[in-house]
Amino acid sequence: MIELKNVTRRFGQAVAVDSINLTIETGEVCVLVGSSGCGKSTTLRMINRLLPHSAGEILVDGEDITTMNPEKLRLNMGYVIQGTGLFPHWTVARNIAMVPALLKWPQARIDERVHELLTLLDLDPAIHAGKFPQQLSGGQAQRVGVARALAANPNILLMDEPFGALDAITRENLQQELLRIQQQVRKTTVFVTHDIDEALKLATRIAVMDQGRIIQHDTPENILRRPASEFVENLVGKQDRGLKLMSLRRVGDLMQRYPQPVNPEPGVEGVQEDDSLRLALSVMLWQENGELPVFNGEGAKTGVITRERILQAGA
Amino acid sequence: MMRVWAPPFLLAILLCALSAGMPILEPLYEWVQPDKQQVIYERDSFLFLLQNHITLVLISACIGTITAVAGGIFATRPAGRDFLPLVSQIASIGQTFPPVAVLALAVPVLGFGEAPILVALILYGLLPILRNTLAGLQGVDPTVKEAALGMGMSPLRVLLQVELPLAGRVILAGIRTSVTINIATAAIGSTVGARTLGDPVIAGLVNGNTAYVLQGAILIGLLALTVDSLFEAAE
Repeated sequence: MIELKNVTRRFGQAVAVDSINLTIETGEVCVLVGSSGCGKSTTLRMINRLLPHSAGEILVDGEDITTMNPEKLRLNMGYVIQGTGLFPHWTVARNIAMVPALLKWPQARIDERVHELLTLLDLDPAIHAGKFPQQLSGGQAQRVGVARALAANPNILLMDEPFGALDAITRENLQQELLRIQQQVRKTTVFVTHDIDEALKLATRIAVMDQGRIIQHDTPENILRRPASEFVENLVGKQDRGLKLMSLRRVGDLMQRYPQPVNPEPGVEGVQEDDSLRLALSVMLWQENGELPVFNGEGAKTGVITRERILQAGA
Repeated sequence: MMRVWAPPFLLAILLCALSAGMPILEPLYEWVQPDKQQVIYERDSFLFLLQNHITLVLISACIGTITAVAGGIFATRPAGRDFLPLVSQIASIGQTFPPVAVLALAVPVLGFGEAPILVALILYGLLPILRNTLAGLQGVDPTVKEAALGMGMSPLRVLLQVELPLAGRVILAGIRTSVTINIATAAIGSTVGARTLGDPVIAGLVNGNTAYVLQGAILIGLLALTVDSLFEAAE
């Protein structure tokens, strides 16, 4: 758990972060969102003490971080940044092994961990472990960045616009990947972005920041339904809210389930249980279809979803 | 691997052979300087002068490298940040100051002999290394440093494992420039009583003996080439 109590950061006369209070529960993904210069990155960098805070208190699992050794504190916090910050003179494997090496893990355990992480992030260890960062594509490099952050199994993950520099398709993929990994490892995550869609997609709770203050700290659904101010309303896109709410909910929540999964007829297109309602509706509109089959992860047909249900209860 | 080290090795052999066996080339020098009785410089053996020359350059390069790299590291640390503009200015302006002027200033203080030329070589050789150390360290991608620190590396570890390895190539290039310049500059030491390969050059100029000048110049040039190709191979 991370707690910020009346935390302020000044740069000279300018106040970058203005007496904010924020509690991030263990295992949740808190996304700090706001336009550039709103203090979101500054807030993140105060949590791992890359920047000292001017006033207030930051507690990690109840302990004041100023009383802790900064290196020790950071070793327990994975850190992913926009430019990846991979070491260009080290191989992918050595980059990932950085924190375990600092913690003096035995070499066999490090090798095993690197292998495990590359596999987790969908990179083939045989191909990529020996490469240098400049031989990777942007998306691969950021995967390695995430792997490096997870290497020593830290309790906390800090991510500063990690996917900001990637193209839309790669970004989408990595977001999915992060959701998948998060389901497996459940890290307390602080994620900074200026992209509200990314925030809505990844967050358990969103903190909307503006001019150094937290305007609203709530679940994605509440941010959409009950924006605290006009600023938040504009940020989430007033007109677009209905569809955005739909993208928060899964097909599985609204489908009509069969008592038993059945084997699908070949060649039928449908949606997955984990897909969003928005996607399901989009597929229906495209296929001019009122009903779609729903499949589970194994490819078995588990039910159907209808256009009426989505329109009635989707948003 | 072998192919890289071959040129410096061959040049070094040629250098030693010429230093030891200069008299073999006597007919050549007689042709250059037909009116002199003595055409081979014999006041000291070339091998002795070569050895002295190399020692001077080596000592100055070691002291210069240590000082310049330490200074460059200091000026790029948070504690030394205030000195960074000053240090970079010294590094760039200092090189416009001719080594002869340093010699002229050092002799009254240190007297004649090896000391003043050593001071001149250290001061003069320091500057290219300092400049390149600053450029190399400042050229390290800030996101790499931020990631290193943010992941829990101590500042010293960041310096040793990240910054210096990444800046190493640029720093080495600075040392190469410095040493090559100093091989030539050391010859000037002969004017203030240091024993270097500049001796035959000075003696030749004073006596109007082109053969002496040629012998000194050939060996100095060859030494510079040898050392330069050595760095080339090391890079």
